[in-house]
Amino acid sequence: MGGNPQLDEQGALRHLLTIDGLPRQTLVQILDTAESFVAVNEQEVRKVPLLRGKAIFNLFFEPSTRTRTTFEIAAKRLSADVINLNIGTSSQSKGETLLDTVDNLAAMQADMFIVRHAQSGAAHMIARHVAPHIHVVNAGDGRHAHPTQGLLDMFTIRRYKSAFHNLRVAIVGDVLHSRVARSQIHALTTLGVPEVRVVAPKTLLPVDVAQMGVHVFHDMVAGLRDVDVVIILRLQNERMRGARLPSTQEYFHYYGLTPEKLACAKPDAIVMHPGPMNRGVEIDSRVADGGQSVILPQVTFGIAVRMAVMSILAGNS
Amino acid sequence: MTLPDAETLIQQLADIIRPDMTPNMVLVGMHTGGVWAAQRLHPLLDAGMPHGSLDISFYRDDFGQKGLHPTVKPTHLPFEVEDRDILLVDDVLFTGRSVRAAMNALFDYGRPQRIRLAVLIDRVEDRQLPIAADYVGAALQVPATQHIHLIQQENKTLMLKLVNL
Repeated sequence: MGGNPQLDEQGALRHLLTIDGLPRQTLVQILDTAESFVAVNEQEVRKVPLLRGKAIFNLFFEPSTRTRTTFEIAAKRLSADVINLNIGTSSQSKGETLLDTVDNLAAMQADMFIVRHAQSGAAHMIARHVAPHIHVVNAGDGRHAHPTQGLLDMFTIRRYKSAFHNLRVAIVGDVLHSRVARSQIHALTTLGVPEVRVVAPKTLLPVDVAQMGVHVFHDMVAGLRDVDVVIILRLQNERMRGARLPSTQEYFHYYGLTPEKLACAKPDAIVMHPGPMNRGVEIDSRVADGGQSVILPQVTFGIAVRMAVMSILAGNS
Repeated sequence: MTLPDAETLIQQLADIIRPDMTPNMVLVGMHTGGVWAAQRLHPLLDAGMPHGSLDISFYRDDFGQKGLHPTVKPTHLPFEVEDRDILLVDDVLFTGRSVRAAMNALFDYGRPQRIRLAVLIDRVEDRQLPIAADYVGAALQVPATQHIHLIQQENKTLMLKLVNL
């Protein structure tokens, strides 16, 4: 196997671990397939028989409600059997290693692992370890990547803006701790968005952020000027160590998305947020619940995108 | 072998379908050739009849061997399937597996009153399932090493082509 452990010798997707390094055609194939699954979700019977008899294990070493639930719904709508494991409360606390846990579940005839872990690289490690017929989807690893979130965000953008080649996109907030931001930046640049901006205080930006091909802004008004898409990131309170910010009130003052700041963007700009939202910290309720917000459609599209990813992977055996 | 003219077959199909039409009838084309054929049949039968398109990728029985088709198209059925009289249209009836998948897909949208099948070409000898068409443009014997493809030309007219596997 070559440099990219996600692809097989023919270039087909075996695992989805990160958007970094995936060709544009692979991303477009996932988005196009997801379009068909949106139609399935509008059927009277919201289910197709593609993954009948397959066992998908949701391996969540870190708490999550929305992501785990949408993966579960997606797998069930593909007719797979879904087993949810919240490992934080189980074997790991008894001292079992990550790979021992995986081996045991593989022995229970798992076909796919959906992995969420606080440690960057956990999903890669599992993907390298498992037998060739088992597929791994990274559902968020540390600060590294959250590829299905990045893909559902691209799907949402394409639905509302129809193309990528003429867009200006601003990602606002805690880029430093955000695996979502990293996946979004890789996806946006791969899909040909000409201008990706990040807007944040210096303390919430990785030192090498400019190397990712983005324009850096510290002033929100300048950063939002004439953008088509505003992506607000969650202020990751639970990941914050040390005093990176004076207070959440002060953060809201400078970087919280209010209707006044949103007015700097294009009039038809859409507002996105990966959730869960801290209202009054990174986003004003008037924006979150306003006419430009597509935050709830993001959640709905997340199901179709995850159905697309799982069915493409399972078909590439 | 020479293939019949697709446009002539469309006319002939429309002629044999017309006496059986009901007020409750809807037209459903199967991606991709069947959608083109249904689009040509539609004005010849009744331009006011509801029509839609069906992609069977999620219902195919060879997913385990071949994986997901790289270009899945959205299914678009802008009418209730429940209690409808459905005329399913495909370009070539071959093994019957696509039609089996199409019927399963339709039933996930509702319980039709009736499904009838119209095809341009029937490869009668190659059936692998107990499925037959109600309306056939032409029945042909084609060597197992060849496929018949329907092609939509730039002016939207249709043409049949023989392809070696």
